[in-house]
Amino acid sequence: MRLAATALALGLGVFTLASQAQQITGAGATFPAPVYTKWGEAAKAALGIELNYQAIGSGGGQNQILNRTVDFGASDAPMDPAKLETGKLLQFPTVMGAVVAIVNLPGIATNQIKLTGELLTGIYAGKITKWNDPKLVELNKGVTLPNLTIAPVYRADGSGTTFVFASYLSAVSPEWKAKVGAATSVKWPAGTGAKGNDGIAATVANLKGAIGYVENAYASQNKLTTVQMRNNAGEFVSPTEASFSAAASNGDWGAAKNFAVNLIDQPGALSWPIVSVSFILLPKDPKEPARSANVLKFFDWAFNSGDAIAKGLEYIALPAPVKAAVRKAWAAEIK
Amino acid sequence: MSATTATASRRSSSLGDTIFATVAKLSGIFVLAVLGAIIAALVIGGSKAIIAFGPGFLTSDDWDPVHESFGALVPIFGTIVTAILALALAVPLAFGIAFYLTELAPKWLRRPVSTAIELLAAVPSIIYGMWGFFVIVPIMSQYVQPFVIDTIGEWPLIGPFFQGPPFGTGILTAALILAVMVIPFIAATMRDVFETVPAVYKESAYGVGCTTWEVMRSIVIPYTRASVVGGIMLGLGRALGETMAVTFVIGNTNRIASSLFGPGNTIASIVALEFPESETGSLKLSSLLALGLVLFMIAFIVLAISRTLLKPGLKA
Repeated sequence: MRLAATALALGLGVFTLASQAQQITGAGATFPAPVYTKWGEAAKAALGIELNYQAIGSGGGQNQILNRTVDFGASDAPMDPAKLETGKLLQFPTVMGAVVAIVNLPGIATNQIKLTGELLTGIYAGKITKWNDPKLVELNKGVTLPNLTIAPVYRADGSGTTFVFASYLSAVSPEWKAKVGAATSVKWPAGTGAKGNDGIAATVANLKGAIGYVENAYASQNKLTTVQMRNNAGEFVSPTEASFSAAASNGDWGAAKNFAVNLIDQPGALSWPIVSVSFILLPKDPKEPARSANVLKFFDWAFNSGDAIAKGLEYIALPAPVKAAVRKAWAAEIK
Repeated sequence: MSATTATASRRSSSLGDTIFATVAKLSGIFVLAVLGAIIAALVIGGSKAIIAFGPGFLTSDDWDPVHESFGALVPIFGTIVTAILALALAVPLAFGIAFYLTELAPKWLRRPVSTAIELLAAVPSIIYGMWGFFVIVPIMSQYVQPFVIDTIGEWPLIGPFFQGPPFGTGILTAALILAVMVIPFIAATMRDVFETVPAVYKESAYGVGCTTWEVMRSIVIPYTRASVVGGIMLGLGRALGETMAVTFVIGNTNRIASSLFGPGNTIASIVALEFPESETGSLKLSSLLALGLVLFMIAFIVLAISRTLLKPGLKA
């Protein structure tokens, strides 16, 4: 009995020690998980704040923060404004990323072929089924497109990447918007599903004529064959850091409520059309203000010193005015 | 002195009996309570979907998270078709293994092969899934499917079952992986029950001049039929509920494909894939829980059938 009491006391002691080590917990989106983890490692040395981030998916992150089981939630899709209101949550952006299309076509190099939003929608709607379709041939004069069946591959698991990609298809095609729409998983009219970025990459690699979509970081780290896209200004752009940053700076941040800015199909001759923002959800009425303050300290540090880490991992850092606006919101909203 | 010790020990043993009886009873009740709690949780969680869609939930092939319209037909179809196909592939092979091990194999070979089968049963399903995805799927998409599509795919009547783009993934690939996964279970059960046949029956049959096959067909199988079917049902139960391995190779598409090469979905895989991105209180989450309830019912029916078939086997 006494032993049990001692053990309990010891356990409590360890618990208090752990909280003294200033641990913060977060859960949610998988897309920014690598950069949050790296920030966490660097911040532990710089601030003494230890981040425990669990990449359980954007939907899971929203659920966890609504239930207040973590200090902050993370989501690739902006939360519904009404839910933010009832859940007493502050939403702010951290990093941006881009989604790129990858293909498996023998003899075609990366960024060698060009696609438009309309053609991409046609492919995913199952209307354009051959790579030597006249529309594709006309757009890609000088490139010999093979007589292969197009096999569209999509994310089978619910994913923020799907939300971004489907948002783009909805933005360029009213028909897609009406029939399919955009969400973390949608009712795909054609193609086959694969689990995760790696599942898409492997399925595309296995199958000649396949096309898929992944986050840019994944495509560039694994040297996948990407394609050029036509942007809102009618120009063809390759997926590069310059084209992503151009899209980010052309976004209308000022008008966006809850920072839920739309970076899909932005104007500007250099803009890459499929760019998205990853968000953090933080309670406005934290149960433990000290932990919440540490979360803010952590992201303040990340905004100041984390850009290099983010760029190294192929993410796009926030423009300086946006960071300033986020800091203002912290001061005003978090009690 | 000795009298008091005896009384004390008797008292403590009766106390021990009470404790033991209570613990045993509680353990029994615990299983029922957990089962009841799981069913209750699924019913409560799925009630929103059950109310919203009614019986149409079981017959609708729609799965549209954007417009919040959910139906269970595609995953139910995928679950049952992959499980039955898997059994069609696994049962003859498992029977061959068990037959060989009990009647034909030399004594020194029986033990290692039996151990190998038991080890196969212990391989985690994620390993089967990765093996299927990285080894079987490329073979299917590059060699097997193009060949079959060009040959059998042209035949009348059965041709349509073997058409479509050679994704490599799909219903047939999932059934193949499932078959490999359930073979150890069925083979091990069959081997065990074949060994329960009294030697005197078999020897009498051999004595009147039966061949090995005739002994198998006329003595061993009739004697063990119920248990053999029970073993197959256990394999079916595993095939119905398998999640990870199937998710890797089935293609995860919410459409009913007319071709065996077409992608599909099973209840377990759609729940695993969609669950993390479902918001609390959403109709989607409720539909996923209702799907869990449907799978529960399918598994319950399979188990009930296997129970009734196993009973006479145990008595005999």
